[in-house]
Amino acid sequence: MVTEPLSLSSPQFECETGNYHTFCPISCVAWLYQKIEDSFFLVIGTKTCGYFLQNALGVMIFAEPRYAMAELEEGDVNAKLNAYDELRRLCLQVKKDRDPSVIVWIGTCTTEIIKMDLEGIAPKLEDEIGIPIVVARANGLDYAFTQGEDTVLAAMASRCPAPAEVRSEEEKKERSASLRGLFNFGTTKKGEKVESAYAEHKPLVLFGSLTDPVVNQLTLELKKQGIKVSGWLPAPRYTELPIIEQGVTYVAGVNPFLSRTASALQRRMRCNLINAPFPLGPDGTRAWIEAICQALGVVPKGLEEREQQIWANLKGDVEFLQGKSVFFMGDNLLEVSLARFLIRCGMTVHEVGIPYMDKRYQQGELDLLERTCREMGHAPVRIVEKPDNYYQIQRIQQLKPDLVITGMAHANPLEARGITTKWSVEFTFAMIHGFTNAHDILKMVRKPLDRNHALKSLGWEKLIQEA
Amino acid sequence: MKLAYWMYSGPAHIGTLRIASSFKNVHAIMHAPLGDDYFNVMRSMLERERDFTPVTASVVDRKVLGRGSQDKVVTNIVRKDQEESPDLIVLTPTCTSAILQEDLQNFVARAQESTQADVILADANHYRFNELTAAEKTFQQIVEFYMAKLKEVPERTAQPSANILGISTLGFHNTHDCQELKKLLGQLGIAVNLVAPEGCTVHELQNLPRAWFNIVPYRELGRTTAEFLQERFEQPYVDITPMGVMQTARFVRAIQTILGDRGSVVDYEPFIKEQTLFVSQAAWFSRSIDCQNLQGKRAVVYGDTTHAAAMTRILTQEMGVRVVWAGTFCKHDAEWFRAQVEGMCDEVIISDDHAHIGDRIAQAEPAAIFGTQMERHVGKRLNIPCGVISSPIHIQNFPVSYRPFLGYEGTNQMADLVYNSFTLGMEDHLLEVFGGHDTKEVITKTVTAETGLEWSDDAARELAKIPGFVRGKVKRNTEKFARESGLSRISLEVMYAAKEAAGA
Repeated sequence: MVTEPLSLSSPQFECETGNYHTFCPISCVAWLYQKIEDSFFLVIGTKTCGYFLQNALGVMIFAEPRYAMAELEEGDVNAKLNAYDELRRLCLQVKKDRDPSVIVWIGTCTTEIIKMDLEGIAPKLEDEIGIPIVVARANGLDYAFTQGEDTVLAAMASRCPAPAEVRSEEEKKERSASLRGLFNFGTTKKGEKVESAYAEHKPLVLFGSLTDPVVNQLTLELKKQGIKVSGWLPAPRYTELPIIEQGVTYVAGVNPFLSRTASALQRRMRCNLINAPFPLGPDGTRAWIEAICQALGVVPKGLEEREQQIWANLKGDVEFLQGKSVFFMGDNLLEVSLARFLIRCGMTVHEVGIPYMDKRYQQGELDLLERTCREMGHAPVRIVEKPDNYYQIQRIQQLKPDLVITGMAHANPLEARGITTKWSVEFTFAMIHGFTNAHDILKMVRKPLDRNHALKSLGWEKLIQEA
Repeated sequence: MKLAYWMYSGPAHIGTLRIASSFKNVHAIMHAPLGDDYFNVMRSMLERERDFTPVTASVVDRKVLGRGSQDKVVTNIVRKDQEESPDLIVLTPTCTSAILQEDLQNFVARAQESTQADVILADANHYRFNELTAAEKTFQQIVEFYMAKLKEVPERTAQPSANILGISTLGFHNTHDCQELKKLLGQLGIAVNLVAPEGCTVHELQNLPRAWFNIVPYRELGRTTAEFLQERFEQPYVDITPMGVMQTARFVRAIQTILGDRGSVVDYEPFIKEQTLFVSQAAWFSRSIDCQNLQGKRAVVYGDTTHAAAMTRILTQEMGVRVVWAGTFCKHDAEWFRAQVEGMCDEVIISDDHAHIGDRIAQAEPAAIFGTQMERHVGKRLNIPCGVISSPIHIQNFPVSYRPFLGYEGTNQMADLVYNSFTLGMEDHLLEVFGGHDTKEVITKTVTAETGLEWSDDAARELAKIPGFVRGKVKRNTEKFARESGLSRISLEVMYAAKEAAGA
């Protein structure tokens, strides 16, 4: 089902069978429990879910994580046991042992199929035990990998307080300065002077879970433009969720997989969504900042120089990557943004596999992709939604790309066949956003190529026996 | 519902997939939602497998919930048959299919009409079986399926021969154990007829009855298959795990008895003696003066039934170590375990609750732990050394080098493992005499200590978050950058600018 490209450089969209390998979306607890320090994640599912988490998160399991399985037994599935009573018992235990500020229930395939009414139970139990309970249906029936975070943040969006709900100055400060200590200018004597470093603009809230250093970097980057970030969804603590003023607050996403969060903020919280490419690579970061500036009525300054300076730093890597080809098998939804950056670096992209493509939410990114292809003289990019890994591997064997970005299920078998690979999961966990981390993306892309180049003279390329 | 953080054995479908992907040219199709094919990652990563794992999913999604998965499952089976031409396709149910209650058996029958491959439905219900019991069940199921197809029972081999049953993918040191068993059988003058499930095709299963007897090295896998073969073909089996010097000798003697019964009288006693005293180093190791200090040291043992029982025996009978308690997570086989370790430890613990096991380790305060990866981490926390002797395991438990746990080379490996787990003898004495190691505090003075550069609070906090081993480098680079830029105060912005400039 190939749709005709609108222009010579606009991407072509295809859809395959959806038989591809990816992580289950419940994996989002791995990074979200670390990000939201006062949370507890309860995954309501079976041994299968538990086994996945245990093996995928390996080392973290041993560090007394703030997540656990509510493992469903036969009695739960055939409704011999009452879901409310069971969840109450477990949540009281969690409250006693860990005393979190929020319990996040992760609904799974099983709770979907047996139609356990988590959304119905949560408010009642919340009243009874006195801890907020947020319900996110991050199941494998509907979602892939990083979309798990999207379901959690979409559920959390409606917990962001309105200005009227936050009365005490203390709390106001906490919520608007979730970047602890970094921007608490109000407390210093020079406060007013620093405050004026910001332009007059409507409040801006950014959404997407990033590690603290990256949050700081992007916030500082906007500060250079005189833009103040009023808060992040998620904040480091649940009690610091940003204030959202309905109809007034502007929001912008930092990751391509947050389409449900975007629409929750837009529809339920009546925020103004800034549609922009995502801040991956110097090109994406610049376009992201420009879009935010434009929406808030601020004239960007020095951005072009900033981008050029980063490109100058990347010169060595870009020269190395130029002309090399890459194939994305697709599993984490970062693919379009990464492909766009790599095309700008002079690479050829054979195919961009992606689990799910929200053309509306990713509009800014798709536009930038098209522009990049046009400017770099790159053929229209083939975007394959719900790919079929079997067919993809046949295409890979024909195309022989210089690099395949793929999940761990295929990486070793491809390497054994002489095809260089990079694990896609690493892009999800590494710091890759903003100007500062552009180099880290290229380092990750380069590493397998450098390594196989280093081993080249040994003649160990194909390590399987032909049948 | 049960609050759970960690489990020792996986869900049923993992056991089925381990069996299916151990065979050559068998393809498993999981009836499962997206993301449940994590097995492929484990096999590809832990075993460093060069081939694509022959497991695909027939994905259960929203549409399937609405319409049923009949067409999809059948189409996927037929498609896989055409693409890969497997000998057998195993439709593998998961926790999801357990509650959907579709008639998977019927889909199998329908698919079978249009496939070259045989198609079966693995009979392992998620809520009744775990990884280990499901593996046992699936192995037996496949063997029975192909034995039923036998037109006539093939004749026994002229010379003594054996099948090795229960070697499987993702099994703890299984490939090394298998090599060691083959070597041992070779030395005993016994041919290996077939190894299953690892590395054999389902058609080769028809040769199983040719062997004089079966060997089941692990308690968890292959026993019910051996029982079935005994009943069907009067094929005896040896289910003694040849782990440790004494058990290996018992194993060899059991083989001697079987051969004797079959009219091939052999005397393996000289071989056992030679191996025990001079080839394996374990007996001499136990006797050597260096190991005197193992006498009476306290240890705890925990793992699957095979390894925990064998380890308990080795520690107490062959090395003079005192086992405070021995335990297993295989609750389904608790009685056997109790009988095995009876009299060899102060207490037996049957539990699959890792927190309980952790508490019991802390209470026992042993000098060493022999357990799974989980106990290794408990040991780390309590500062007690741990030797890993059983699944669940991590990638480091799939060593590239030759590390059998079974047979005579296995005894050498065990000796090293035990010896290296306890504090070394002389070191032990020194610690007692001098009351501890040298002080660990090292006086450090970085090159840039007196640069007069000031770090802002937030920058200092950020620096503190950087892992210790690169922190010094980051600090030096940042200060160098600040000096070159003529800055005296290092803020967060300066830190990030330095990172960009360094391209690191």
